[in-house]
Amino acid sequence: MNFREIVNIGGAFESVIDWLVDNMSWFFKGISTAISALLDGTTAALNFPPWFVMAIALTALAWWVAGRGVAIFTALGFFIIWYMGLWTLTMSTLGLVIASVIIALLIGIPVGIWASKKNVVWNVVRPVLDFMQTLPAFVYLIPAVLFFRLGPVPGVVATLIFSLPPAVRLTNLGIRQVPKEIKEAARSFGSTSRQILFKAELPVALATIMAGVNQTIMLALSMVVIAGMIGAGGLGNEVLRGITQLRIDLGFEGGIAIVILAIFLDRVTQALGNIAQKKR
Amino acid sequence: MAIIEVNDLYKIFGPNPKRAIPLTKQGMTKAEILKRTGCTVAINDATFSIEKQETFVVMGLSGSGKSTFIRCLNRLIPPTQGDILVDGENVATMDAERLRELRRYKMSMVFQHFGLLPHRNVLGNVEFGLEISGMEKSQRREKAQRAIELVGLDGYEESRTSELSGGMQQRVGLARALANDPEILLMDEAFSALDPLIRTQLQDELLELQAKMHKTVVFITHDLDEALKLGDRIAILGPDGRVRQIGTPEEILSRPADEYVKAFVQNVDRTKVITAGSAGGHVPSIIYPRDGVEAAIRVMERNNYSTVFVTDASRVLKGLITIDDAVSLRKAERQGAGKENIATILHDNVYTTLATTSISDLLTAAIKTNYPIAIVDEEGVFHGAVSRAAIIAEVSKSSDNSAVPVQLREINGSDHSREDE
Ligand SMILES: Nc1ncnc2c1ncn2[C@@H]1O[C@H](COP(=O)(O)OP(=O)(O)OP(=O)(O)O)[C@@H](O)[C@H]1O
Ligand SMILES: [Mg+2]
Repeated sequence: MNFREIVNIGGAFESVIDWLVDNMSWFFKGISTAISALLDGTTAALNFPPWFVMAIALTALAWWVAGRGVAIFTALGFFIIWYMGLWTLTMSTLGLVIASVIIALLIGIPVGIWASKKNVVWNVVRPVLDFMQTLPAFVYLIPAVLFFRLGPVPGVVATLIFSLPPAVRLTNLGIRQVPKEIKEAARSFGSTSRQILFKAELPVALATIMAGVNQTIMLALSMVVIAGMIGAGGLGNEVLRGITQLRIDLGFEGGIAIVILAIFLDRVTQALGNIAQKKR
Repeated sequence: MAIIEVNDLYKIFGPNPKRAIPLTKQGMTKAEILKRTGCTVAINDATFSIEKQETFVVMGLSGSGKSTFIRCLNRLIPPTQGDILVDGENVATMDAERLRELRRYKMSMVFQHFGLLPHRNVLGNVEFGLEISGMEKSQRREKAQRAIELVGLDGYEESRTSELSGGMQQRVGLARALANDPEILLMDEAFSALDPLIRTQLQDELLELQAKMHKTVVFITHDLDEALKLGDRIAILGPDGRVRQIGTPEEILSRPADEYVKAFVQNVDRTKVITAGSAGGHVPSIIYPRDGVEAAIRVMERNNYSTVFVTDASRVLKGLITIDDAVSLRKAERQGAGKENIATILHDNVYTTLATTSISDLLTAAIKTNYPIAIVDEEGVFHGAVSRAAIIAEVSKSSDNSAVPVQLREINGSDHSREDE
């Protein structure tokens, strides 16, 4: 009997997963239902208006926050997407991104706040984040598939885990960077901890937190494409089809649509961050 | 009446700080204690009280524990041991709710680097404290507006604070602290980050505000000139975190408690601190028209003065009479020129000053005139006089001996010892 058979790392992991799947299925079912609902909601909302109404709405948003240049790009970009016949797929990818990011921020920002307040928490969270960020993206697909099978739900789960770290990191950083005198000033006027957080720390840290939100969105988009491999749907599927069927045209068109979506999301969220910054 | 009483206050930073207290009592230095226990002694056994409506300045060099001390007063830093009684209530032990009330309604703080909220405009910053205490919007607008006017920021309500100069930003900080009309203002090096000119201006404005509002101000500074200018009383912190001396500016200058304080105040320009009132004093005067020339001469002879001040019945200064004029007037009277009126020999070209004017500001007048300078109040009532000799004596006391001019013959001659005074 060799050593590998006595201490079998992979085997141990497998039995943990098995146990979880056997005993915690109610838990994963619950999560699955919640994520499905959110995902259906966002996708339905995005696909509800006719394509040109949606495109105009997104262009208006771009104009409002990021200016004319980005607005022109947006109008053109979404027109090309429609022209390539990828509108519905693009909207379902956007839906996946939005659903994942909403959950990632709902988890990441509070954890970031908590970590900024307690060094103990930060000391635990930081190595976990480091670990999460060094793992190749594909690795997230495995537990997601094990717990949630195939489809968009494990896609969202893998995506939200992959995109979570910057939200935590930059929220923590932003709050820790708030000048000591501002925190002291808020406290010296008799603020409660809540008041300090909401009236002083979060507003002052907003620009940094927005940078985290931007990074989370970009990571989510990149992961959503990979999640196509487990049947998450959307543009990822299209690219995957291009690769597996050696259809260069399909893969290229899907890729273009992803790039357009990426640039749109990046510019708009960055502009939001700049607005937060300018207010200082 | 004391509004703040500090009793046996210690603040020690580091692990298990209480164990360092006995060591300070054994007389170990800050460095020794740090080496032995890893604890930094910031405040070492401070006991004193701060009176209602006074400006109490705490001064010391960098690291002497000034910021720590002022933060103990509103417990931004919890003291290690000792009591801080504000209106008889112990800040060190009060519960969180009570502490918040104290900070909301009784004590406000102004910070060295302003501590303003960058995402709010001037009005939003000034409103902050009122908002925290849950005041309703229209009411806090009104109060904030009043505070803004008080510090001369009207018209800047909508400005972003980052667009303002340092001096203006600190005005915002001051307005924010004044908005809820607290009894006590804590100011931690509030003017230290400002240019000298702006700094002087804000000091003057604080004095003006103080004359109107009569807050109890605890002011921290490392600048002795600032301490002397603003403080009704000054506490000097030594580098060991101990209070070395507490007293009025004049007490500290004229009777430094130990070598440390002495070294500290050595380089101060005394003439800027010693006032007319303290260099001069009460002198006899005569009342016109009740007293005649005989009375004037008698007063001068008895006191060995060559002049005497004349006031009216309600002691408002009328002028001054010299002994020479008085004697010749008496002679003329005796030679039968009839009863002469002393009004004819009254000089009204005497200089007058307020008791609070500093000696340095009197020097020019002292050089120009031959008479003592009269001390009067705002109503012109006569309170005494300061002689030219006293002014020059104060000035020469504060001059540096090595730079005193020497007569030519002393340098050339065989006698190398300088004429002493
Ligand atoms: N949080 C802290 N932890 C450990 N030591 C501290 C802490 N805060 C202050 N000290 C130490 O306590 C002493 C007093 O510091 P404090 O900031 O009160 O001095 P200060 O008189 O305000 O100095 P400055 O003029 O530099 O502001 C210093 O030796 C400092 O190093
Ligand atoms: Mg300080």
